[in-house]
Amino acid sequence: MFDALSDRLGGIFDGLTGRGALSEKDVNAALREIRVALLEADVALPVVKDFIDSVRTRAVGEEVVRSVKPGQQVVKIVYDGLVEMLGGTEAETGLRVDNPPATIMMAGLQGSGKTTTTAKIAKRLSEKQRKRVLLASLDVRRPAAMQQLAILADQCGENVSSLPIIEGQLPADIARRAVQAAKIGGYDVLILDTAGRTTIDEQMMSEAAEIADIAKPSETLLVADALTGQDAVETARRFHERLPLTGLVLTRMDGDGRGGAALSMRAVTGLPIKFLGVGEKLDGLDAFDASRVAGRILGQGDIVSLVEKASEQM
Amino acid sequence: ARSSSRLGSGLAAFNKRKLDDETLEDLEDLLITSDLGAAVARRVTKNLSKERFDREITENEIKQALATEIEDVLAPREKIVDFSDGPRPRVVLFVGVNGSGKTTTIGKIASKLKDQGAKALLVAGDTFRAAAIEQLTVWGDRAGIPVMSKPTGADAAGLVYEAIERAREEDLDLVLVDTAGRLQNKAELMAELAKVVRVIRKMDPEAPHDVILVLDATVGQNALSQVEAFRHTAGVTGLVMTKLDGTAKGGVLVAIAEAHDLPIHFIGVGEGADDLRPFSAHAFSQALVGAID
Ligand SMILES: Nc1nc2c(ncn2[C@@H]2O[C@H](COP(=O)(O)OP(=O)(O)OP(=O)(O)O)[C@@H](O)[C@H]2O)c(=O)[nH]1
Ligand SMILES: Nc1nc2c(ncn2[C@@H]2O[C@H](COP(=O)(O)OP(=O)(O)OP(=O)(O)O)[C@@H](O)[C@H]2O)c(=O)[nH]1
Ligand SMILES: [Mg+2]
Ligand SMILES: [Mg+2]
Repeated sequence: MFDALSDRLGGIFDGLTGRGALSEKDVNAALREIRVALLEADVALPVVKDFIDSVRTRAVGEEVVRSVKPGQQVVKIVYDGLVEMLGGTEAETGLRVDNPPATIMMAGLQGSGKTTTTAKIAKRLSEKQRKRVLLASLDVRRPAAMQQLAILADQCGENVSSLPIIEGQLPADIARRAVQAAKIGGYDVLILDTAGRTTIDEQMMSEAAEIADIAKPSETLLVADALTGQDAVETARRFHERLPLTGLVLTRMDGDGRGGAALSMRAVTGLPIKFLGVGEKLDGLDAFDASRVAGRILGQGDIVSLVEKASEQM
Repeated sequence: ARSSSRLGSGLAAFNKRKLDDETLEDLEDLLITSDLGAAVARRVTKNLSKERFDREITENEIKQALATEIEDVLAPREKIVDFSDGPRPRVVLFVGVNGSGKTTTIGKIASKLKDQGAKALLVAGDTFRAAAIEQLTVWGDRAGIPVMSKPTGADAAGLVYEAIERAREEDLDLVLVDTAGRLQNKAELMAELAKVVRVIRKMDPEAPHDVILVLDATVGQNALSQVEAFRHTAGVTGLVMTKLDGTAKGGVLVAIAEAHDLPIHFIGVGEGADDLRPFSAHAFSQALVGAID
């Protein structure tokens, strides 16, 4: 149902081939299509507006390259702009987990993928960096949340353990106990999984802030669903206000959503996107790749080859 | 506490403005920020302008007019359902993408049914996710309704078969079947769901009597593709939208209501057993535009 942006732009530039510069009129016509394409990809409106302005400045007056269709050239400009806005090709994605026990705190709305991502990160740290990781669930609300994390920890292999469950303990107390256990147990990394919360639940938001105060995490990750719509901005802003966030994780990138939320959240927080969740299984975690996400937002699998072709000729 | 909607706070800026092209365009933008989608936002503002173009409008007037436009789209989809009624055993299947709120919604409905005195059975058809069975079991225990399960990794269709047999033997009123979350573009997982439906149909050609697609209010335009795919695979008969207690107001439901003749049964407004409300087109529209009802 979504048209790739290059298809949308096709007709607009029909009269414009070969030499000359992109006129403001041509660019504006193209930008209207780009605007709709981004909105259909769920990029938040304020982000779309800023982005369109920056593309306009860049595109107007640009020399039209003879061998590339002007539509493709605009797509290339848009694509480059998106990649840059997403953090560029050399985005900083590693986790700061050098001083043991380094604490990572996970936060986000209900059902966004925090618990699953907690286990995925633990598995990755233990396998790729030989870290010993302790997982602790601070979720005293969702039925069986603690069992879920314990089961997943077991699936992560011998270098990953989970904090023994004590029924009836409050999240802040579990956090203290976890930090203590990580120190005593000589763990390299402690990951705190927290309950899902809406950003307008004041009690739950201050609980999260309190946990961060106690645990002093070196990484606090906001885990969000890549299928999120226009609410992405609001959610990112409100979590950013209350927690010492250091990065974002976008889950369910294995879906067929266009993932515009990635751009929105990155834009309002300025935080790096550290990982993409790409499956339910524990190996379904990819390092963030701005070019891949940009191509996805524009709705074209072939964007890379298209852009490569265009850049060769530009 | 319910927050005022994004649309509501945005509309304050429209007080005493003339409804000209520029204002209409701004309005359209505002609707887009509520996930209505560009096309539906355009149609709604167009309708709105028909009688009021070039007139000066107050904030309240614009809010009410917008709410009415939206309510008109949603009203035909309002349909309260009483699962404790109808055929016995009534088989209700819950489907949707990961984390949308299926298990919790079943838990809430189970609590309601218990109050109504219906004899129900919960079926832990999510045999994949860690602790999915335990989660449903907690809900079943809370409501005092039995939960039927098989170990993680078991065949969901086989479990459902046995559950319906048991419901017949024990003369139960209904069977609520949980399923694993799955993204609609995963062919293998969708085929698995199709198999569950097939097995149920084989036992009773009229069943599943309800196939409820559970949607998360924060979801954007992808919800349209979810509805299409789950309709196609599982024959969805109705919708539930969860998590309307957050900042997202579920505007994509308006786009869905325009495109699909599917009843919307309930909304979820929290994580507790009582946080389920029958869908009301009026209340939903008012909340979406942030109007004080
Ligand atoms: N397809 C897919 N599913 C995912 C991904 N990440 C998580 N999930 C699924 O999403 C659902 C919710 O994941 P959880 O990890 O339980 O989410 P959560 O944020 O801990 O949820 P709460 O604790 O209830 O707030 C589960 O079905 C997961 O298997 C992903 O990257 N892709
Ligand atoms: N705030 C709020 N949270 C909800 C609502 N409905 C469900 N949740 C929460 O959302 C999270 C996911 O809910 P589940 O019922 O586990 O979702 P699911 O669709 O069964 O998830 P999977 O089985 O993993 O696909 C849990 O933390 C629930 O408590 C709601 O209406 N409001
Ligand atoms: Mg969790
Ligand atoms: Mg479930």
